Amino acid sequence: MSKIGVFTCWCGENIARTVDVDEVAKRVAGFPGVVCSLNYKYMCSDPGQAMVREKIASEKLDGIVVASCSPHMHLKTFRKAAQTAGLNPYLVEMANIREQCSWVHHDKPSATAKAIDIIRLSVAKVRNDVPLRPIQVPVTRRALVIGGGVAGIQAALDIADAGHEVVMVEREPSIGGKMAGLSETFPTLDCSQCILTPRMVEVGQHPRIKLYSYSEVEAVDGFVGNFKIKIRQKARYVDVSKCTGCGDCWSVCPLKKNPSEFDYGMGMRPAIYIPFPQAVPARPVIDKKVCAKLIRNGCGLCEKKCKAGAIDFKDEDRVVEESVGCIVVATGYKLYNIAKEQPKASLAGYGEYGYGKYKDVIDSLQFERLISASGPTGGVFKRPSDGAIPKNVVFISCVGSRDNAKGMPYCSKICCMYTAKHTMLYKHKVHDGQAHVFYMDIRAGGKGYDEFVRRAIEQDGARYYRGRVSKITQENGKLIVRGADTLAGTPVEIEADLVVLASAMRPADGVEELAQKLNIGYDEFGFLMESHPKLRPVETNTGGVFIAGACQAPKDIPEAVAQASAAASKVQVMLAADELTREPEIAAINEQTCAACYTCLHTCPYHAIERAEVRTGRGVFIKNTARVNAGLCMGCGTCVSVCPSKSADLQGFSEQQIYAMVESLV
Amino acid sequence: MNIGYYPGCALHGSSNDYEQSLRACLGLLDVQLQEIKDWICCGATAAHSLNHKLSLALPARNLALAERDGHKQLFAPCPLCSMQLLKVQKAIAGNGARGELAQIVEADLRGDSQVLNLIQVFQNIGLDRLKAAVKIPQKEITAACYYGCLLTRPPDVTHFDDFEQPTSMEAVVAATGAKTVDWNYKTECCGAGMTMANEDTVLDLAHKILSNAAAHGANCIVVACPMCHVNLDMKQEAVNRRYGKKHGKKLGMVVYYLSDLVGLALGISAEQLGIDRHFVTKA
Amino acid sequence: MEQSLEDNVLPQGTPDSFLLGALAHTHLQDCYQCGKCTAGCPVAVRMDLAPNQLIRLLQLDDSETALRSSTIWECVSCQTCSARCPKSVDCAGVMDVLREASLAQHKAAKPQHAVVAFQKAFLDNIRRNGRLAELELIGLYKADVVWNTGRIGVLFKDAGLAPQLNKRKKLHLLPEKAKDRGVVERIFARCSARCSEPEKK
Repeated sequence: MSKIGVFTCWCGENIARTVDVDEVAKRVAGFPGVVCSLNYKYMCSDPGQAMVREKIASEKLDGIVVASCSPHMHLKTFRKAAQTAGLNPYLVEMANIREQCSWVHHDKPSATAKAIDIIRLSVAKVRNDVPLRPIQVPVTRRALVIGGGVAGIQAALDIADAGHEVVMVEREPSIGGKMAGLSETFPTLDCSQCILTPRMVEVGQHPRIKLYSYSEVEAVDGFVGNFKIKIRQKARYVDVSKCTGCGDCWSVCPLKKNPSEFDYGMGMRPAIYIPFPQAVPARPVIDKKVCAKLIRNGCGLCEKKCKAGAIDFKDEDRVVEESVGCIVVATGYKLYNIAKEQPKASLAGYGEYGYGKYKDVIDSLQFERLISASGPTGGVFKRPSDGAIPKNVVFISCVGSRDNAKGMPYCSKICCMYTAKHTMLYKHKVHDGQAHVFYMDIRAGGKGYDEFVRRAIEQDGARYYRGRVSKITQENGKLIVRGADTLAGTPVEIEADLVVLASAMRPADGVEELAQKLNIGYDEFGFLMESHPKLRPVETNTGGVFIAGACQAPKDIPEAVAQASAAASKVQVMLAADELTREPEIAAINEQTCAACYTCLHTCPYHAIERAEVRTGRGVFIKNTARVNAGLCMGCGTCVSVCPSKSADLQGFSEQQIYAMVESLV
Repeated sequence: MNIGYYPGCALHGSSNDYEQSLRACLGLLDVQLQEIKDWICCGATAAHSLNHKLSLALPARNLALAERDGHKQLFAPCPLCSMQLLKVQKAIAGNGARGELAQIVEADLRGDSQVLNLIQVFQNIGLDRLKAAVKIPQKEITAACYYGCLLTRPPDVTHFDDFEQPTSMEAVVAATGAKTVDWNYKTECCGAGMTMANEDTVLDLAHKILSNAAAHGANCIVVACPMCHVNLDMKQEAVNRRYGKKHGKKLGMVVYYLSDLVGLALGISAEQLGIDRHFVTKA
Repeated sequence: MEQSLEDNVLPQGTPDSFLLGALAHTHLQDCYQCGKCTAGCPVAVRMDLAPNQLIRLLQLDDSETALRSSTIWECVSCQTCSARCPKSVDCAGVMDVLREASLAQHKAAKPQHAVVAFQKAFLDNIRRNGRLAELELIGLYKADVVWNTGRIGVLFKDAGLAPQLNKRKKLHLLPEKAKDRGVVERIFARCSARCSEPEKK
């Protein structure tokens, strides 16, 4: 390459103030291979770009260097300009003399010298550039949504409504997630089920949504645009295609006293059950851990009663495979439990609150079921131990949350709001009752949120104490809550009939294993990692995998829904065409020299290296080799650094280019 | 089995009934207490309140003496003494303050002996062995096991049991055939060393502890600390004088050392154990 | 982690929160004022400053008020606050540092004289005997309280206990002493308090 143009930008005063751009242009003109060197006030402006295009054409340039800002800023701009002028866009290099030079130095002569050196590097690199072509990857125009809570439902419906097929996988027997169990929602107090169940039905009936309930993602293979998903359909012991959902089976089942998962143990369900009446699909499952037929070949009443012949005690898990182009992870959250035994060594229980030994100390989701019109108490607010109506209820915020000693230093974000809601719902049910709230700070940022909390205090009379609770004990059927009011500077002791813990939000069980299958990141608490906290909030570091809802961080319903729609729109962009274009700056392996040691395969963080064979045109085996999967490679260069035979290289950042750059300086 | 024994001032002072109980009980279980030679006071609350360095140096001297006597295990029946000894071990772990402390106390300091509280001594003997040795199961006893503060706290020093819901003492008591109650003041403070200087506090706290144990159906309290015993036993009369009227009745709560209860179960007489020297001797 | 015993010595005047925290091997700015210390403190109601308020004042560098508070002498060192603190602030350790400094700087709250006198008498007693001589301690402590507060009643308090103790063979007229009291004296001499006393002008 011998005809290189260098275009030095002033960036107004940004560069020109500290770098003598005339001097730079003059000196750079003398570099080997440089045939033209210009400077201009704003190279990214239309006249600036025109200058670049004009010179490419007139001087027949075969490589250009733009000395201006960071490539993050304008590499695309100048690549486009080059392409318009007929130059391969990958023959454009940028020399960053703004962020890495003019902005960080004061002394003009030395900044000028440094700018010249930075351009020297880029000229050395561009001399070794080769034309590259973007990679085209075929796309399976279907999406997988993992999790059927409100975020998953929103994402699935958005994608399906846009015309793409959606596969939804839900672990529980019904979709609906946590929201289906809530009573009313803040700050409007509208009924949670009333707004959610129509959306659930939409999912169930949507012609483009294929719902796998009571199923889990077993394995994920492939890459962006081309994922192969293995889904384990857990044995339901009910043939969903035959079942009419009439309910004869669960009415006849004699084993009715099993703690209901949907009611968080506040109510009971039979061994064959649907989690709640509005379940989607409205088809029961048999709990194999309690069913007498499955355990010891007893009972079998449901089978006898079922007119549709849908009961199948011989049912087994099935693994099915689906092909999709994109994945949305919306696995949601669970509440931290104060028990002594914790799922992770980094977490600790609340011995000071009794580790869960008091029946009338419940968590917020259990409270939701107890206060819910459709809950196990039929809308009458009774406490679990003896069914009495509690007259003094203590709500405790930040249980686990913001508690470093318990291993969760983060704020769970929604507890302030739902606790205020709880005090209102309680007061609306028990008019002569008193709600007490222990809080540390009230975090009510959001439309109508702070007003809502004030309403709980000012109109519904909730008594707020600013302080944590140190200990809960039980005396004569009363829960003794020992807290403090730091505003008054005194300890506070309350004899409560019920205590509700606003427990920390934690990621759903098994999310870390799922993240490993999907090759996406998660933080120390198990929340999934977004690609960029501000600019790529629903993307992950694996192409084609998006996240939505509380699996990423604690968030409320509106936020989860907004994020789900955002993820869905990202999916729609990807599924808009049959092919996906990817940047060509990825690794390539010289299959002739590759020794097939597969060190690269083991070190690649993106699982982008495959085992392959080199064969003759007639198919005669020559040798084994490693090969880069262009769909998966992210161009990180790990394989290049570990390859013992120097067979791996990074296109656009080849070893030759890097060495040329280094040599130009020494 | 011989173990090093650091009695501390209380057991050679007004809590000598505790030592009598320990020697009688542990002797029968073939544990001989070898008192470390020329031990000194650990400084107790006064030292850690008024002079941090002294609060490490005084117990460090005792630790060094125990090591010099070749004791791999050092039994300190007073939880404050044992916690202070453990604090020294923590301070010299990783050589932090080892050299300096050794100089101050004029003796080598390795910090490799194991400091034990009374519950741990029983655990080391083995609860099965204990059960097997029981001659008179203590069926009439319904005990409130009282841990107080320093058996379990600070948890990063004591590393013993669950500091909020401990159960280790219950396990020993259960081995004697006695019943235990779940109650709420297991780990609340009795006022400890404030007996003399701030009696109001001690009476208030002791009253709460005694009445909570009674309210939960206990007919005695079991302790493993001389200070707890002083505040709950010796001060019980004063508690009754102050609070008895309020409750319309006197509390008559026998306060046993853990070794008393085990001793009784092993068939040792109350006199041999020194139980007759307590202030409250029957309910 | 305790690096050395000499690492921090409180200067004269009012120490700032950073230094106090360093002395207690804890970080006072970590405290977010949740009040769990106050909530669980068995004697908080008796204190003029709740434990969280005490820490707050230190955060604001007002150690002067803290050093003169009754709180630090009401504290029974039960460690409940430190054990339960969600931010692992060693509140009980801070109390120790404050007591030490309060005494050194002659700022101990007057109404708390009995506690201060008792602790001082306790240490003096050990310095002399190596082991605690209970009767001597009680005698000197009571004398100090009477001398400094004029509360004669102290003399007769618990006087009835003596025969009771004697009956139970719990009273030792001749106290046990450590043999090597020289080493005790030398240990005391080597352990200057970490808080220096104000210089006399």
